[in-house]
Formats: sequence, C-alpha cells, structure tokens
Amino acid sequence: MTTQPTPGVVGRRSLLGSGAVSAAAPLLAVAPAAAQPTPILKETAVLDLVLRVNGQEHRLALDPRVTLLDALREELGLTGAKKGCDQGQCGACTVLLDGRRVLSCLTLAARAAGGAVTTIEGLATEDGGLHPMQQAFLDHDAFQCGYCTPGQIMSAIGCVQEGHAGTPDEIREAMSGNLCRCAAYPNIVAAIEQAKPQMAGRRTERG
Amino acid sequence: MRPFTYDRADAVPAALRAAGSGASSYLAGGTTLLDLMKLDVMRPERVVDITPLASRLGGIEAGPQGLRLGALAHMSAVADDAMVRRDYPVIAESLALAASGQLRNMATLGGNVLQRTRCNYFRDVSYAACNKRRPGSGCSALDGVTRLHAVLGTSEHCIASYPGDFAQALLALDGTVELEGPQGPRRIPFAELHRLPGDTPHLETTLAPGELITGFGVPPLPWARRSVYLKVRDRESYAFAVASAAVALDLDGGRVREARIALGGVATRPWRAREAEAVLAGQVLDEAAAQRAAEAAFRDARTHGDNDFKPELGRRTLVRALFQAQRLGA
Ligand SMILES: Cc1cc2nc3c(=O)[nH]c(=O)nc-3n(C[C@H](O)[C@H](O)[C@H](O)COP(=O)(O)OP(=O)(O)OC[C@H]3O[C@@H](n4cnc5c(N)ncnc54)[C@H](O)[C@@H]3O)c2cc1C
Ligand code: SF4
Ligand code: FES
Ligand code: FES
Repeated sequence: MTTQPTPGVVGRRSLLGSGAVSAAAPLLAVAPAAAQPTPILKETAVLDLVLRVNGQEHRLALDPRVTLLDALREELGLTGAKKGCDQGQCGACTVLLDGRRVLSCLTLAARAAGGAVTTIEGLATEDGGLHPMQQAFLDHDAFQCGYCTPGQIMSAIGCVQEGHAGTPDEIREAMSGNLCRCAAYPNIVAAIEQAKPQMAGRRTERG
Repeated sequence: MRPFTYDRADAVPAALRAAGSGASSYLAGGTTLLDLMKLDVMRPERVVDITPLASRLGGIEAGPQGLRLGALAHMSAVADDAMVRRDYPVIAESLALAASGQLRNMATLGGNVLQRTRCNYFRDVSYAACNKRRPGSGCSALDGVTRLHAVLGTSEHCIASYPGDFAQALLALDGTVELEGPQGPRRIPFAELHRLPGDTPHLETTLAPGELITGFGVPPLPWARRSVYLKVRDRESYAFAVASAAVALDLDGGRVREARIALGGVATRPWRAREAEAVLAGQVLDEAAAQRAAEAAFRDARTHGDNDFKPELGRRTLVRALFQAQRLGA
C-alpha cells in the first residue's frame, strides 16, 4: 500500500464501458471518445479498491460509477443502508465516513476508499449488545415500518457526535435530512435525547 | 450514469493536469455533480476527485487581511466555526440553513457556489427544451410551472433561479474568489463569478475550462458582526430558499452609514441589491425607509404567473432581515 499514490485505490485495469456492443468490437478500446458527439461507448477503467467497512477491509473491483451505497448493498451484502431516493433527498442511505454522517447514495465508492465506513451493521458489539442509540430507538418505538430507521440511527449518532443535539429544537433541525414517511419524528427526538448522555465519551469512528 | 474515467488528484498541479482534457469535472462533495450525472444532465467523461486537496485547501483563517476560506472546507465546518459565527454571522447562517446535516458534511464551499439550478425542466432530460442544458432548444419553464423561478435577472431564454445560499453572504461582504488555472493563479471579485443568463444561459460562470477554485476571501469588515441571513422556504428546514436576504449594516446610532444587501431565491444569479443599499445610506432605519429599500430592490422584477407572489415575499423578507440586523449588538 505504501507505494500507492491514492489511498485505497490500488490499481486499475481497462475494459469496455457499459455499451451495448458485443465483445467483438476491439476498435472501441482505442476510439477517441472526443470524436463522437455522444460517446456512449468508450473505454473505462475498473478500479481495484479497498473499502474499509465496520473495521473490515474489502478488496473490490468496481466500475467508477458505483456508489458507496451500491457497493455496500450489492457487493458486500450490507443491506442496512437503504436506497430511498438515490438523489440525496431522504437520508435513508446515511452512513458514517470517518465518523461523520454522509449520504452513501451521493458518494462514489472510489471516493470512500481509504476512509473508514460505519454502517448500521457495525454498531452492535460481537455479542449482540446494542449501541445506545439502537436501544433508544427500541425503547421509544422510534419507527413504524422501519425503512428509514438505519439512516435515522446513523444520522442520530452523527448529530450527537457533532454536538447538535442540545435541545429538542436543535435535534429536529439537525435531523431534518432524514425523512420518515411513517412520521415517527417525536419518538425519534425522544430516542436521541435518551441516547445522548449515554454516548458521552464514546465515538463511533469505525466498527 | 454514463461511463467516466475516475482520477484522484492530491495536489493542485495534478488536478489541473488531469482536468486539462475536454469534458472533465472536478468532484468535491459530489452532491451536485453525482446527482446531475445520475439524471444524465451532467456528462463528464473524466471525473477528477479533488477531495485530497482538503488538507491544503480546507482551511478557515482570519487575520488582518480578513477571512480566508479554503474551497475544500466543508459547509458544516464553516457553519460551526466559532470565529465565523461571531464575526461573520451571515456566512455561518447561510451555510447552517442550507441543505441537511449529511449534505453539509459532504459539500464544499467551492462546489457550493457552483451548484446548478433546481429548475425541474433543467433536471429532467425528458423535457427537450432547456437552453441551459441544450443551447438553442428553448425554455420549457416559460409555459410551465414557474413557482420557484426567478423574477430578477431573467431573460427570454432562461428564468431559472440560482438556488444557493452561501453565495449571497459572500456577495454582500464583497468577497473574492481565488482561482488556479492552466494560465496561472488569479483572483476576482465574487460578484464577477456568476453570469446573467442573457442569450447564453448554459454559460453560468466566468471560469475558464479546467479552472479550479482554491478559496474565498472576505475583506476585513468589523461591522460584519451585524449581519444576518434570513431564509424563507416552503418548510421550516431542509428546503431551498423561496426568498432570502443577506444583510450587513454599519449603523451610526439609528442612522445607516452603509448597508449591504444580497438576495437569494428570487434571481438568476446571486443578486446584489445596490439600489436598495443606496436608498438606505444616511437614513434612519425605520419602517418607511426599509419599505423604500425593498421597493427599490424589486423595481425591475418580472413575474411569470405562478411566481407573481415573489416580489412581495422578497420585499417582506428584506424588510424583516433589515430589522433583524438592526436589533443585533455589533
Ligand atoms: C437534497 C438537497 C438539498 C439541498 N439544499 C440546499 C440548500 O438549501 N441551500 C444550498 O445552498 N444548497 C443546497 N443544496 C446544494 C448543495 O449545497 C450543493 O450540492 C453543494 O454545496 C455542492 O458542493 P459539492 O462539494 O458537493 O460540489 P460537487 O457536486 O462536487 O461539485 C459541484 C460543481 O462544482 C464543480 N467544483 C467543485 N469544486 C470545485 C472547485 N474547487 N473548483 C472548480 N470547480 C469545482 C464540480 O465540477 C461541479 O460542477 C442541496 C443539495 C441537495 C442534494
Ligand atoms: S428556466 Fe432555464 S433551466 Fe429552466 S427550462 Fe428554461 S432554460 Fe432550462
Ligand atoms: S437514498 Fe440517499 S438520500 Fe435518499
Ligand atoms: S419508520 Fe417508516 S419511514 Fe420511518
């Protein structure tokens, strides 16, 4: 790893892009894309990268287009982070990247390589002990269908760690990027108020 | 999403080199770029990830030269910075009231000022006509839903509003933009970064191809402590401005020595309301003076039906912001 200029991105190899042309079109690899008005077919590189998720390193070969959300769900089988909108509008895909909450649907996997990702799956201890925020969501019934919940919990942890959980009003403002169609909002605020003091001195950086 | 080549640059010269070829885009937080690439609105063939530059271009510094903000500083870091909040509240507030906690952690100041319009016809490629997306194709908004469109600075070719918040704060404080490009470094007034749509709405800024924003400067302005960003939106949080006002006041007792005013949500680019500033200079700031200033700011407004309410909302937003700033202790 020390010889790599780009942390996490360990190499790349060439292949054809997502064009709907059979493999028997060898010219494509050298066709200068700039000559075409709308280059649909062109050379892209597969990125070999290392994703560190919940304390474990995963070596993946990915198309540069793959988002962190798709890498987690489709490549690593970590389906806790949800795809609600895929446009940065709902918060269901929230994970921690180096301890800060981000939207995995608007983060390229390549961009996350080299950082430490924490997902909802990485919160509980080996023996199943829940993170105080998970326990608080259970205690306060802070969900109904549960679809938004992994994103809410990751965002709530980020919100507390950022120091934005001072008052219920501040919590509501800081959590406004997480939509809940079941409108569990009052219970979510109560859960965060419960977990906040229990999180003192604890920092979720990596799983 | 169309295929692209991914590059990561850990120094400015490497970034400029990588972006040197044709259709490339810098990737900072990605919250505009990736969103619009998924929608097929932006189509870079090469994406140059500049996030590693944050170690050098992510700073927040204050000194005798004023304030300097690195282009890679995150919105959240600047919004939470104690010095910025105390000395330049309009900057901190414009960032804290924008987007969401997650987005502010991802998004950078450089990307923020370059965010694209939220015009639905621009964002939806199934509408063939959009001069901003496809020069010469027409404007779907002109006979569409225009509730969120601009009333100032429009042209017959585009009426899309500039959606960001932070830009108004920079504009009101006479900020500057620091750039690095193939031609070397340069610095321009922030007021010269964005263009009016005119008959070329696809050209939104005065940046040269491949030019990189490295930072922003704000000249020293002690009375910037008396500044506010007031944002009116369809819901109380996590929404773009329908109308907003960045205001800074230099007061001499009850009288205005100087006022700085920039308006958001209502114009095609970050909008400095110099006519309103001129109305206030030397006046006692009372209801009548604030109202006259607001009238002046929207004198040239042109509405399009659904957004007929905007000049009045914009005027009231400005009046309220002026009084809010007046009440602050500086
Ligand atoms: C759901 C949602 C709600 C939002 N609400 C608000 C809101 O209320 N108020 C608001 O102001 N904004 C809002 N935004 C917009 C958000 O603030 C911007 O998307 C963000 O600031 C862009 O910054 P970025 O670093 O992610 O930019 P990127 O997406 O990485 O880049 C944006 C553009 O700038 C270029 N670029 C980036 N950095 C540089 C640089 N240093 N030099 C040259 N070019 C560069 C990129 O090539 C790209 O074209 C919202 C966004 C979303 C998705
Ligand atoms: S208002 Fe501008 S961005 Fe919107 S459809 Fe018309 S030309 Fe395109
Ligand atoms: S799926 Fe990422 S914000 Fe909705
Ligand atoms: S619990 Fe159903 S969406 Fe939040």
